[in-house]
Amino acid sequence: MKIRLLAGLLALGLAAGCGGATVETSPSAAPSKGGGGASSAAGTVKIAINPWVGYEASANVVAYLLKNELGYTVELPEIKEQLAWEGFETGDVDVIIENWGHPDLKKQFIEEKKTAVEAGSTGNKGVIGWYIPKWMADKHPDITDYKNLNKYAGLFKTSESGGKGQLLFGDPSYVSNEAALIKNLKLDFKIVTGGSEAALIKGAQQAQAQKKPLLFYFWDPHWLFSETELVRIKLPEWTEGCDADPKKVACDYPEMDLDKIVSKKFADTGGKAYELVQNFNWTNEDQNAVADDMTNNGLSGEEAAKKWVEANTAKWQAWIPK
Amino acid sequence: MSSTTISASAGIRVPRWAAPAVISVLFVVTYLAFRGTGTLPHDSEAPQFAAVTELREWIDDHRNDNPLFLYFLNYIRLFVGGVFTLFQSALLALGWPGLIGVMGGLAWLAGGWRVALLAVAGTASFGVLGLWESSVDTLALVTAAVLLSLAIGVPIGVWAGLSRRVRRMITPVLDVMQIMPTFAYLAPLALFFHIGAPAGTIATMIYAIPPAIRITALAIEQVSPTAVEASASLGATRAQTLFKVYLPLARSTMALAVNQTIMMALSMVVIANLISAPGLGSDIIRGLSRAQVGIMLPAGVAVVVMAVMLDRMMVSVARRDPHARIGRPGLLAAALLAGAGLVLTRILPPEWPESLTVNLVSEVNDVVLWAETHWYDVTTFVKDTTSTVLLNPLESLFTSAPWWLVAAAVLLVAWRVSGVRPALTALGCLLAIALLGTWEHSMRTLTTVAVAVLVTLAIGLALGVAAARWTRFSAVQRPLLDAAQTMPAFVYLLPALALFGTTRFTAIFASVIFAVPPVVRLVEDGIRSVPATVVEAAASAGSTPGQLLRKVQLPMARRAILLAANQGIVMTLAMVVVGALVGAGALGYDVVLGFSQRTDFGMGFVAGVATVLLGVMLDRITQGADNRRPSPQRRKAP
Repeated sequence: MKIRLLAGLLALGLAAGCGGATVETSPSAAPSKGGGGASSAAGTVKIAINPWVGYEASANVVAYLLKNELGYTVELPEIKEQLAWEGFETGDVDVIIENWGHPDLKKQFIEEKKTAVEAGSTGNKGVIGWYIPKWMADKHPDITDYKNLNKYAGLFKTSESGGKGQLLFGDPSYVSNEAALIKNLKLDFKIVTGGSEAALIKGAQQAQAQKKPLLFYFWDPHWLFSETELVRIKLPEWTEGCDADPKKVACDYPEMDLDKIVSKKFADTGGKAYELVQNFNWTNEDQNAVADDMTNNGLSGEEAAKKWVEANTAKWQAWIPK
Repeated sequence: MSSTTISASAGIRVPRWAAPAVISVLFVVTYLAFRGTGTLPHDSEAPQFAAVTELREWIDDHRNDNPLFLYFLNYIRLFVGGVFTLFQSALLALGWPGLIGVMGGLAWLAGGWRVALLAVAGTASFGVLGLWESSVDTLALVTAAVLLSLAIGVPIGVWAGLSRRVRRMITPVLDVMQIMPTFAYLAPLALFFHIGAPAGTIATMIYAIPPAIRITALAIEQVSPTAVEASASLGATRAQTLFKVYLPLARSTMALAVNQTIMMALSMVVIANLISAPGLGSDIIRGLSRAQVGIMLPAGVAVVVMAVMLDRMMVSVARRDPHARIGRPGLLAAALLAGAGLVLTRILPPEWPESLTVNLVSEVNDVVLWAETHWYDVTTFVKDTTSTVLLNPLESLFTSAPWWLVAAAVLLVAWRVSGVRPALTALGCLLAIALLGTWEHSMRTLTTVAVAVLVTLAIGLALGVAAARWTRFSAVQRPLLDAAQTMPAFVYLLPALALFGTTRFTAIFASVIFAVPPVVRLVEDGIRSVPATVVEAAASAGSTPGQLLRKVQLPMARRAILLAANQGIVMTLAMVVVGALVGAGALGYDVVLGFSQRTDFGMGFVAGVATVLLGVMLDRITQGADNRRPSPQRRKAP
């Protein structure tokens, strides 16, 4: 009886498979929808979607323009940063639209393997730092200076921090100097590895809502800032070269210029799509507006991109290759 | 651990308590004397890790030099991708009314009108939830993965059930497949199989095949030897015995194998999305990056609905009397249902109409926010108490004890409970963990895993016994178990994070939810398989229900309960990585780190191996209770 069911399923699959082939091939063969007078044979661009909203905002705006202004088909494979870099080599990924530093990956894939190339700044500035909920800064105004953190370490104790103050860290793929900072600034704190962005977001939300102490690693641009009030801790100021030796870092994170990375193949054969990606450049405010629509106003990535594109014609027209 | 476990076993064997008591005292004294020495602290730059990282780089650089390897893997990818595309395009070509009708028709053939009703409602709910396309992708991927897994797993399982030697050879492989965290090999997997649906299907299969093999083997092994002997003495050939005796008699337990394969496949939906496999996992990740349960819950519900639907269909096929034929009305009804759907596909719009979807994102978010705000004080208290009373002392005991003392304790306990061979295996695993340079983190993970397994077994036994005794309880409980096992953990982890914070407690909470269902099912199945005649005999001899349970049912269901304990351990270890995403740290975090940072690949992979070794060790310590008193069945095993 089981065999009969399986046979039925298979027969159905085969029968529909023939019809299905057309379903599959039709989108790439047909001209793209909309189309500002662009040709239908422009090709396909694969922009990796790394799992944070700011990234999705940038990717969706570029994808929207590629589709509707240049007539490309765009695929948005969802994939973690590491694998996206490797995807350049296998041909699964053409573009990473927002890269946070990653000097190790740049060295390996751009310099050694030569499968990736840099495609310029996105104009977004990334700021990494240590944050506390705003109520703490209101109650203890001097807490925002790292020199006073030890005085308040007791407040930050949790069941996980083994008697010291807790510094909550996030996803292990993030850039991190935390261990060296704690050691070199002689802070009485222990890093507790949250393991994910969600752990940080939920921690921050509860800390502000429930008035609970929390010291945590976070970064801007992020949609959370439009919802929860956070205050940054002042660490010793960043100076050129102060973070050269990862073990001796005793200074704040530098402001990071977020940039775009594309596969070598795309750089060579991408044509106008590559030019558009190269020209793409906007501000943190632009990105936050799109990200906020996607997070808090329930818009899909494509809807949010459309809204921004319609309101900012002058900005994006400069990106469109002549 | 040393002192508590030893004294516990001392309590059981009262007449010979003196020796264990002395040994326990000895352990306590040794621990106090040597505490803090020989603790093998963690070094993230250990040469073992670097060696693995280099090996991976070497393979990366040379994988294109070896055409055989490359072509072989390429063909696997093409084949699996082909099967997926076949299902995907078939399901899409049917259109939504067509798919609803066809699912209903197939379900009617499988199990009559009730199952058909479930299938129609279930399939329609994908559209109502506003997730039609992702659901179809997931359905195609899971169907492909499950059918391929069963095609591979059932024959191997039958073989393993018939031959003890095969079973012994294959068990470590299954342990690795099931316990090795997917994250530890996901990156290289993506290199060989690329990203996307085929790679996602393969990752899913690696995880879904082991239960298919294990439970099929158990089903075959449980077949009464008298029936086999009778068949052999009547002159049946081996093939006849297999098809006419073993398989029909093993049917009900094999249905469980199908069930678990589906559940496992669906539990991989989110991880498959990390290598860009299409489907509902993408909605879950989207909700996660926005920290909104409202986005994740519908996708989670769709996964659960799919699980329940597929499970009921497959199981009713497996359970039905093999000689019964489907009546003409049944065939007619099924054909009508499917036909109606296909006709409607031509008439109705190709996309699911938006007016028929229900959007509850903000409502769900509000409810979750309310719970997060109002339960916080209570949940924090529970978390803090558990951590202070149980987790922290246990962890400091494990991490401050010298490694040789822990090894000695494991050896003695395993020897006492399971005998020499398992004890040596357990010791070997522990020493390998030390040599791999993962001692400290393994001890931390062991703490959370031990607590989670104990809680899981306690809850699982209680619920399983209750389900075996009261049919109605079992019926009510079943969909809840399905939901607990297949609901992607992140859906309930977000509120758990808000309520319990980023802690080991949250990780334990998640793994208990995930690991309880198979334990309950296996215990229930085991108690139910106790022959009715034995139960009646005991009852007529004047046993109370309690005595019946303790003296007859539980002892006779020993094998199933041991398998339940084993699966409880395996499932808990499978959650080590998810636990690390919410604060469990240790081995799971190393694995995630290895997945995220290329330079730490070695540490992640080694941590994955250490997780497997921990699992095998725990398994060997616990499994052997059975070996001490070999059952007559075992000796006669063919």
